[in-house]
Amino acid sequence: MIETVLIYGLVNSVTLILTAIGFSLTFGLSGIANFSHGGLYILSGYSAWMMMHYIGLPFALAAVLTVIQVGILGGLIYRAVIMPVRGIVLSEVVATFAVGVAILEFFRWRGFVTYDFNLPLFIKGSIGIAGVFIDYQRLFIIGIGLMLAVILWFFTHHTRIGLALRGMAQDEYTALSLGIESDWAATLSMALGAALAAVAAIIILPLGIISINMGYDVLLLALAVTILGGLESTNGLIVGCFILGYARVITGTYLGPEWMEVIYLAAIVLVLVVKPSGLCGKSKELEERV
Amino acid sequence: MKKGYRKERLDRGIKARTDDIFAICSPREIAYIALPRFIVIGALLMFPLLAVLTGIYWQNVLIITCTIALLALSWDLLASAGLVSLGQALFFGAGAYVTGFLSHHYGWPPILSVPAATVTGALLCTMLLYPVLRLRGIYFGLITFAMPLLMMRIVEATKILGGTEGLSGLAPLPGMKVELYVIITVTLVCVFGFRRLIDTDYGLVLRAIRDNDRAVMAGGINIQWYKTQAVFIAALPATFAGAFLTHHYQFVGMPAFALEYSILPLTSVIIGGTGSFAGAMLGAFILVPLSEVLRAFGTLRVVIYCLILLVFAIGLPEGIFHYIQRKYYQFERLVPVEEIKK
Amino acid sequence: MSQDLILKVSNLAKNFGGVKAVNDVSFELQEGEALGVIGPNGSGKSTLINLITGFVKPSGGRIIYRGENITGLPPYKIVSLGIARSFQMAKPFYNIPVFKNLIIPLYSSRARKLKGGAYGDRDEAAIHFLEDVGFERDSQVPYKAAGALPHGYLKRLELARCLTLEPDLIILDELFSGMSMSEIASILPLLAKIREEGKTLIMVEHRLRELFRVVDKAIVLNFGGKIAEGTSGEVMDNEEVRKAYLGSEVLSGA
Ligand SMILES: Nc1ncnc2c1ncn2[C@@H]1O[C@H](COP(=O)(O)OP(=O)(O)OP(=O)(O)O)[C@@H](O)[C@H]1O
Ligand SMILES: [Mg+2]
Repeated sequence: MIETVLIYGLVNSVTLILTAIGFSLTFGLSGIANFSHGGLYILSGYSAWMMMHYIGLPFALAAVLTVIQVGILGGLIYRAVIMPVRGIVLSEVVATFAVGVAILEFFRWRGFVTYDFNLPLFIKGSIGIAGVFIDYQRLFIIGIGLMLAVILWFFTHHTRIGLALRGMAQDEYTALSLGIESDWAATLSMALGAALAAVAAIIILPLGIISINMGYDVLLLALAVTILGGLESTNGLIVGCFILGYARVITGTYLGPEWMEVIYLAAIVLVLVVKPSGLCGKSKELEERV
Repeated sequence: MKKGYRKERLDRGIKARTDDIFAICSPREIAYIALPRFIVIGALLMFPLLAVLTGIYWQNVLIITCTIALLALSWDLLASAGLVSLGQALFFGAGAYVTGFLSHHYGWPPILSVPAATVTGALLCTMLLYPVLRLRGIYFGLITFAMPLLMMRIVEATKILGGTEGLSGLAPLPGMKVELYVIITVTLVCVFGFRRLIDTDYGLVLRAIRDNDRAVMAGGINIQWYKTQAVFIAALPATFAGAFLTHHYQFVGMPAFALEYSILPLTSVIIGGTGSFAGAMLGAFILVPLSEVLRAFGTLRVVIYCLILLVFAIGLPEGIFHYIQRKYYQFERLVPVEEIKK
Repeated sequence: MSQDLILKVSNLAKNFGGVKAVNDVSFELQEGEALGVIGPNGSGKSTLINLITGFVKPSGGRIIYRGENITGLPPYKIVSLGIARSFQMAKPFYNIPVFKNLIIPLYSSRARKLKGGAYGDRDEAAIHFLEDVGFERDSQVPYKAAGALPHGYLKRLELARCLTLEPDLIILDELFSGMSMSEIASILPLLAKIREEGKTLIMVEHRLRELFRVVDKAIVLNFGGKIAEGTSGEVMDNEEVRKAYLGSEVLSGA
């Protein structure tokens, strides 16, 4: 029992990280709450599926193309939709959400709602670890998730572009005076976030079927973990994902699956009551410069 | 030298004023200001009497329109205090479930349960939102977005309040005409009441919190307490809408927390324009009937909303109401200008 | 003697992450006195004000106001005890008329005597307070949108907001900055009048010459710590203060 909880908790947590990291990265780097995250996630799934079934590309190629294409789309969304309303937070949210819902409902209208829509597993089969059977795909998710986390950390802390983006997020004026252009940085952050959503979709979706409503759930999950961990904080995101991931598996195992979602709401409400800026949030709203 | 023309816009004389204060002089000017209001009120009050023309279908549409208008008004009041809500469904669902509970378990008639649910629901929401009131702008928005959806999950998982099935067979309201007059009256009272409220000193404090909360704090005002009051007041029309529609359908279930009750009011306000309350109402009166017309398109209609929303959010951020208002108080004329050739 | 003590700050400290913005600062202030707070840019003056007025929670130390511990109280409670402050960056409520800006402090529990309403007594009081700081009632200025005010007037508006609260202790953060000599000259009598009324004053200032025409004594901050305290002469002659200001023209100008 305890082994199951440990291993599936890990799988669950890493899945959460993967699902939310695109959203969190964009928010952390440019302050854009990308509400089209769920839409882009599902779009990636369908896009890979269409490339495989309409054009006949192999899955690996379709996957790579999808990530690139959705990444570009993310950048385009910034240029076309967010840039005109940049700075008006409400309009940013509304505009991206409109894009996301439009994507999702368009697929619903085109009839992408049956059980035919699923992506193949990367690796078939399963393995027993400490008496717990786990399929390779889930191990693969853990691997990719951890790898991505490391790459991203390296990118934002040790590469020129990454540092520039972080500088932008911390102090727009200084960054501007150093010759970093904010629209360019924000475009890049949206593109990155979108590409990450695509990566997540391509390795998580093979575990089940692709469904439209999942798009809304993904956005909600991303929001929930970012709120729990503290907005703008990557460490917070990871902590939040592990707490929620394990909380879900533990309640699912010991209390019954119907409690999974409740515990997870309870965790969020509890954190908000105790520390409204989230676990690792910097509580910016209270200590501002005068 | 070529002669050209340029449009010149002038404010109409009525509003010759110092930014805030203006004096009205003649009956004609009074009419100029009062007429639009009376036309709206008159049209709405006439509507239920024209059942022959409109038919039951459009009467139902009007009820839903007013519901969404109430949610949008609630949104606009919150936004006036700097609290941008992305989850009006929370208020709606709270009102709906409280009245459903009272009606189903204790058999309260709607005349008692709707007012009780309006107040209790608003209180519950205020308590729920109290801890996050310190958060500003997008932070508050993100959390309110998630809340109703998570409430839905709770009802689903714990099977309280009827779980996925909901509570059905609730007491009906006493008839279409009464229903229409009740909801129309409430909507009008809210629009004009909120417009009045936001112009008082109390409303000024709320708006000031939105503009610069630190200066308000330095003015010796407990902004947390004022925001709490704003949430409670703003929640009232929304919880009422929820409670009312519950009895209209004689059913309450998980859809009460559905995303559309968050999106439709928001879209209405974006279309109509924020900050004036009339804009929120106008937006709802455009959006909801339009969506009925578009019903034939199936889910494509949601895509169409989204596109409309995008066009307004990007192209006309001030909203239709402010646009019309501006045009109404201005007149344009062409004045000759001389173009200088290079 | 001790009943004349209005403010006692002991070992006050605030860290922002690694930065010690205020480090172990103590001072005392008697009723009716005027204290200057000076120091180079970033030395923690504004942070000190924020700590006293509750805008920032201290990491350590105590603030006693008239025998009452006010450490960590929220700003509105501190205001209701009679401490009012102005901000270094004057940010009015841009879209509303100037006099309406004062409605907000007039609406606080400390000043809530007036009835008001849409156009009530509160507006009258607001315009009265504006007159006190040199706005002309019959000119257009008090009725214009506050965003259109020139800088000097914004600072006056800040001051008016403090006075509206009828405070006993007034804390002004760089009131003179960005004002012309003549503007300052026109405000000095006002400050003198405030002092005559027996109000206690704390002024953060870079313009030392003008400052010492108002205050009796000053404390000097550098890197968050207090390095000197005393009258104008004592402070200026202090070796450490000279070092802190070395190369800066502020002192040589004074
Ligand atoms: N909210 C904050 N978060 C982080 N650091 C801060 C914050 N507020 C102030 N600081 C830091 O504390 C130090 C003191 O700042 P403060 O604004 O108090 O200086 P000051 O003496 O008022 O300077 P000036 O004369 O320029 O107004 C600075 O190093 C500043 O960067
Ligand atoms: Mg300062």
